[in-house]
Amino acid sequence: MGNLFKKMFSRENRGRTASYLIIIIAYIVLEIMRLSGNMTNLLSSLLVPVCCYITAAIALNLNVGFSGELNLGQGGFMGVGAFTAVVVSGSLAGVIPNPVIRLILAMIAGAVLAGAVGWLIGIPVLKLQGDYLAIVTLAFGQIIKSLITNLYVGLDKNGMHFSFVDNHLNLAEGGKVLISGPMGATGTERIATFTAGAVLILIALTIVYNLIRSRHGRAIMAARDNRIAAESVGIHIANTKMLAVVISAALAGAAGALFGLNNASLAASKFDFNLSILILVYVVLGGLGNLNGTIIATTVLVLLPELLRSLQDYRMLIYAVILIVIMLVSNNEKMKTGLERLRRKTGKGADSHA
Amino acid sequence: MKFNSLVKGGLAAAMAFSMMACGGGSSSASSSAPVEAADGSVVIKIGGSGPTTGGAAQYGQAVENAFKLACDEVNASDSKIKFDYRFEDDQHDPEKAASAYGVLKDWGMQVSIGTVTSGPGQNVSPLYKEDHIFALTPSASSLAVIYEDSANMTNAFGTVFQMCFTDPNQGIVSADYISKHPDLGTKVGIIWKSDDNYSTGVHETFTAEAAKIGLDIVFDATFTNDTANDFSVQLTQAKDAGADLLYMPMYYDPASLILGQANAMGYAPTFFGIDGMDGILSLENFDKSLAEGVYLLYPANTNDERTAAFFKNYQDKYGDVPNQFAVDAYDCVYAIRQALENANAESSMSASELCDLMISQFTSMTYDGITGKSITWNANGEVSKTPLAVKIVDGAYAAAE
Amino acid sequence: MALLSYLISGLGLGSVYAIIALGYTMVYGIAKMLNFAHGDVIMIGAYAAFFAMTRFGLPVLLSVLLSMVVCTVLGVVIERLAYKPLRQASNLSVLITAIGVSYLLQNGAQLLWSSSTKVFPSILAGGSLQLFGGKLSVSWLSILTILVCIAVMVCLTLFVNKTLTGKAMRACAEDKGAALLMGINVDRIISITFAIGSGLAAIAAVLFCAAYPSVYPTLGSMPGIKAFTAAVFGGIGSIPGAFLGGLLLGIIETLAKAYISTQLADAIVFAVLIIVLLIKPSGLLGRKISEKV
Repeated sequence: MGNLFKKMFSRENRGRTASYLIIIIAYIVLEIMRLSGNMTNLLSSLLVPVCCYITAAIALNLNVGFSGELNLGQGGFMGVGAFTAVVVSGSLAGVIPNPVIRLILAMIAGAVLAGAVGWLIGIPVLKLQGDYLAIVTLAFGQIIKSLITNLYVGLDKNGMHFSFVDNHLNLAEGGKVLISGPMGATGTERIATFTAGAVLILIALTIVYNLIRSRHGRAIMAARDNRIAAESVGIHIANTKMLAVVISAALAGAAGALFGLNNASLAASKFDFNLSILILVYVVLGGLGNLNGTIIATTVLVLLPELLRSLQDYRMLIYAVILIVIMLVSNNEKMKTGLERLRRKTGKGADSHA
Repeated sequence: MKFNSLVKGGLAAAMAFSMMACGGGSSSASSSAPVEAADGSVVIKIGGSGPTTGGAAQYGQAVENAFKLACDEVNASDSKIKFDYRFEDDQHDPEKAASAYGVLKDWGMQVSIGTVTSGPGQNVSPLYKEDHIFALTPSASSLAVIYEDSANMTNAFGTVFQMCFTDPNQGIVSADYISKHPDLGTKVGIIWKSDDNYSTGVHETFTAEAAKIGLDIVFDATFTNDTANDFSVQLTQAKDAGADLLYMPMYYDPASLILGQANAMGYAPTFFGIDGMDGILSLENFDKSLAEGVYLLYPANTNDERTAAFFKNYQDKYGDVPNQFAVDAYDCVYAIRQALENANAESSMSASELCDLMISQFTSMTYDGITGKSITWNANGEVSKTPLAVKIVDGAYAAAE
Repeated sequence: MALLSYLISGLGLGSVYAIIALGYTMVYGIAKMLNFAHGDVIMIGAYAAFFAMTRFGLPVLLSVLLSMVVCTVLGVVIERLAYKPLRQASNLSVLITAIGVSYLLQNGAQLLWSSSTKVFPSILAGGSLQLFGGKLSVSWLSILTILVCIAVMVCLTLFVNKTLTGKAMRACAEDKGAALLMGINVDRIISITFAIGSGLAAIAAVLFCAAYPSVYPTLGSMPGIKAFTAAVFGGIGSIPGAFLGGLLLGIIETLAKAYISTQLADAIVFAVLIIVLLIKPSGLLGRKISEKV
């Protein structure tokens, strides 16, 4: 027991333990608040979305932070997950009435399909480098959005019906339209829960932490730091990077699935370039390769516009200013050295205890 | 490394703070002046949400302006019902609309004008049903705003009512009107916005009705948000297909581009829009001659004294000519006021109690507003209004036969 | 004949993309940053020209000049305040800052000038050139747009290749450190690049709005993304590449709409981009990045 404790807080595991603790403590506190009726409606409406964004951002950090690959299409993977989940949940509603099981199945389906799409996209994308890779992910994100916008899925007693571009579902009497092209999914049963969100984050953390500690993870980071050197010692870069791309896409898909089942209405236009950029902002602000930072930055940035509501029409303007100022301040050399000095003065005692 | 931990500490503090601030329910940005509950008047908290920032802001702001104007008017009048009002931004995003709904509920909203646009509306309608709060939306016109199963038009939410025509209603009315007036054109071309709820909804029923009544559709093409500038391809094809009537189920901004580009290439069919076309004449710097002879469906009675007064007050206050969003929002406030007064509502009533009263009022009362006379609603929340076709003559609406 | 008329309208659209793409590509070539706020500079340029023409009643040419001044100043100010402090920071930090600037400009414009659409005045008397006995009509505006695009392209090429500043720019693009050692004021060159890119954005704004006369706060995002795509298409960092990329993008978009599907036009444009990058990973005219071992 003592050994486990020591191991948990050892230098190399400290960050990981902190991640789990943040999520678990936040979950317990928030759940107590919610169940005891001490939570505002605003906060309770944000719980599941925050979990989705955190998971998608953790997944993106795997690409951007650990593999060093700028991915501008994360929103597209979320979209694939979301609409898969809507279809799975909607079509199983009659067969499996239990919402928890249905939610789990839908999330798994979302993850699998998004992972598969990630694999397909990864084949061409990983041949490219740098900003060209970024633009191709952006392009794929747009294509996915555009395809979902033209997709019609319906369910009647004869089974599933699909149709593309034009609505030719021709459902039998009493059939249910699950996805209606540009209108997206409407009337979706909302079965997402905060507990599922918290568990999803924990799973994402476990997968990502284990991956980067593994042989594959070290290979990925070696390839990021020096591609040529890594290749010269026999690391198969394309394979290792592909693993990161597929896992990231699958996690984003699961996050999208949860998101999709938290909304009664959902349109493909939600999963556009702006969403991908938003998630990238969370990752960069939280720190590349820093999952604790990702969790915290995502939470703060999702809540920020809500906190600024009292500014009314000025809130998005102030949000933009805050974003710019944060980037300028956190990259300011003087600030960095100043804070460093401050830390040395005050932090010496604390450090020697640890 | 150490710098990072400092930043992290700061961020963690910020996270804890923002959680507290969001959870503490201390946000206090009521947008109306505190209303005195003196002399026996009844003060009701009325809320609503819509896009006041982002790409769809012009629609949300029109509703917000008219909503506030109407509430202020009611409060200044000798009406027994007074409004404490609040309007929140939802950025035309279903997810943000749920947050805006949370904010309004935390504030203590008793009755609502719902959302401005359909996508967000479809997402919060189940919430209105769950919490049993009454909403009368001015402009969220899709069927999925009032029906859980919109494809079959069953399972109405029951607490969400509409002031605007539903999308199918407009599609059917326009198809019928066009078939009854062959002088407008017999070969119909359609251009519609395929990534837009409203446009898709109207297009679907228009084509279905056209097939039923034998209207000849010779051309059908789309555009999306990302291709909403260049219509040369669609217009060339419509012209080549011989369309002499161009049906445009869309909002006025892309429509203004289509009118201009059609004019530039010398293509002059009869243009037929729906209620979203309203607003085209008040576009700043728009060449009104382009819209000459355009037909559209319009909710308001243009020759009415009250309408004229509203138009004048709105223009004096905000500098813009009110569009159909504003007109419907104005009527929403007055319809709710009438229902509250008829039901003898009390300030202390809960949203749920009021909801029952409002539903029984709205399914039984008739309302005379600026968007129509003797308006009624059915139990599903659909309004009885019939869209009226008007024609633009000399830069103004004229009743069309 | 229909094909020809689609080609010409595609060229017109592509010319506008090309001018915007030049702004992206020059900034990328020298500062190595993706300036996502470029689209919003176009939006500001459109508002500036709109107000110059309608409120102050200035003639078209003067309005364009005024709009160019506004955009140039704006571009330089943004560079000074938001990007220059980040010269040493990671590319991603600059990217996020650019996105912040983009949000700031959009929301600022909405607060200042309201979200309602304004209609851009026409800059040319209407009408079109009739060819082949009226079978093919080409609007004068398309012709003007294509001509302006070619003129801009020629001037820019001459500037970059023949002048001292142009030479310094190429040196900075090649190797900033070495350029600094040669006594080139790199900061000044970056400012000049932003100034030129933003000035071009004003020209693009006027041409774009003349063709599609709607002015609103989010006007810049769509042409911004398309032009960015065009820049990558042609090989980002390359001036002739941006020109070629812009024109091709316009043509592909128009033809996809005409012959395949209006619904899927966007997806087709991006699919073509992906295919091109797979065959030629640095874009059509981009330089092959040689890896140093």
